Amino acid sequence: MSSRYLWSKVLLYTIVIVISLWVLIPLVLIGLASFTPRHAIYQWPKPLLPNRFSAETMKFFLNAYGVLSSTLNSIWVAMLTIGFTLAIGAPAGYAIARFIFRGREAFRLGILATKMFPIPLLAIPLIVMFIKWGVYDSLLGVAFIHTAMALPFAVLITTSIFVSVPKDLEESAMTLGCSRMGAFLRVVLPLALPGLAAAAMFTFVISWNEVFAATVLTLHNRTLPAQILTSLEVSPVYFKFAGGFFMTIPAIIFMFFMRRYLLQMWGGMTAER
Amino acid sequence: MGFLRRLLRTDTLLPYWLLLPTVVYLIIFFVLPLFQAFSLSFKTDDGQLTLKYFERMVYDVGFMDALKNTFLLAIILVPLQLITALVIALLINTNFRGSRLFLYICAIPLGISDLASGLVWFSIFSEHGYLNSLLYKLGILSQPFHFLSYVHLPWTFGAILAAEHWRATAIVLVVLVAGLQMISKDYLEAAEVMGANKLQRLWYVVLPLLKPSLQAALIIRTIFAFEVFAVVIALAGNLVPVLASQSYWWYALYRNLHIAAAYGVLLMTLSVLVTWGYLRFLRTREEALR
Repeated sequence: MSSRYLWSKVLLYTIVIVISLWVLIPLVLIGLASFTPRHAIYQWPKPLLPNRFSAETMKFFLNAYGVLSSTLNSIWVAMLTIGFTLAIGAPAGYAIARFIFRGREAFRLGILATKMFPIPLLAIPLIVMFIKWGVYDSLLGVAFIHTAMALPFAVLITTSIFVSVPKDLEESAMTLGCSRMGAFLRVVLPLALPGLAAAAMFTFVISWNEVFAATVLTLHNRTLPAQILTSLEVSPVYFKFAGGFFMTIPAIIFMFFMRRYLLQMWGGMTAER
Repeated sequence: MGFLRRLLRTDTLLPYWLLLPTVVYLIIFFVLPLFQAFSLSFKTDDGQLTLKYFERMVYDVGFMDALKNTFLLAIILVPLQLITALVIALLINTNFRGSRLFLYICAIPLGISDLASGLVWFSIFSEHGYLNSLLYKLGILSQPFHFLSYVHLPWTFGAILAAEHWRATAIVLVVLVAGLQMISKDYLEAAEVMGANKLQRLWYVVLPLLKPSLQAALIIRTIFAFEVFAVVIALAGNLVPVLASQSYWWYALYRNLHIAAAYGVLLMTLSVLVTWGYLRFLRTREEALR
């Protein structure tokens, strides 16, 4: 019995390690590639591990035309998206978490139905609409569509955040003389803050990663993914390596901070159905 | 003003006020573009109804390949990812020491964009990539092999599969892990008391109860698989056309909004059909969950 137990443990951890390596090794490789000197990348046979590290490739990438400005653009767009998304979505999340009202199920169904809209279907017509509204090729325009993409998630996430704040606390505050607004600001908001921060990070990742809409809705004011995508055909391999690595860094950092909320966010979105 | 204040104060109306901004925003950015997309793809610039854009889309050289590639990718990837994710989720659900860390590691690709993951796998499959170095070290190759080129299209397709499998299994995984956590331990204990072994418990208790999550994961993953875009561009440029990349090229190269929008309409139709199909043919009993 105990040797069978031991073997099942060994088997379990072998599978776990193999799967972990499958996820991690490509990340390590792109990291190595973007710190390999440029000439070494073209070497044949190329050593598996670079014999010398250098920041030269990464520097080349960061100094390449359009990279710095598009990175700043990406950050601006993400900030705007976070602001819009939480301002619009959080009240809806609060409403679903706290009230039972006619149309609540219809609203939730509508939120889930947005998942059926492919990005080309939204982005291509928005080119026409944005030109009319004067926000084509602007960071504001890109933030608008990123907000549209993040909003359904934000509503679902904030719903589960507000559900987890006990209703009793809010009601006690109101019996003790707080208005609904006061109770929300003094009691609910502080308790919901860590969850809202995670929702903001999640929104950041959605915006930072989005490429199709950002590419077709801009000409000069590119975001970083749009800049990299449109220059792929003319860029040397080391530019692509460094670019790939650079784009994954914030994602990995944010995933680390959000790890506690992962299941709540993605799991909740479907479990509600 | 007084009327407005009264409206704002009433608790019965409050939820509707709170939902209003979201509803308005979703109408502007989902419903309006939907109508605009239909009008772009079915109407000429002077307002005549027409099918000529769809005809041009269908008879264009890239169309059949794009349709075939998109379907082939989805048909291979979705079951593969479902199985991978199910194995990982069931492992995590045994709550072994280190399972939290394992879940976090497996979820990392969730934060990585399709473009970035395409480039990550480009560093492996490119002519100057790691796979070539490894095969040289193992003595299999003496010259670099061009995995990503028009003479080795099956390899290029395989590289796209590898990148998508790596990147997008995580979303299926978190949906399934969340689903598994909602299954009450009572059912499992009852089954154990009645003499069901591990495999029987998995087959007759866990999987049926997991069906709603499986269905949700399938719907989401299939819809996203149809929209595959930047991974393909990063690894194959336009060697391997897919529906979303065709939409992109029609706009980026030819500035033809009509046909770009027609591809959008086609993708939407596929998404709706797939969702309907899964809901219709994978009926779940909601009460099983609660």
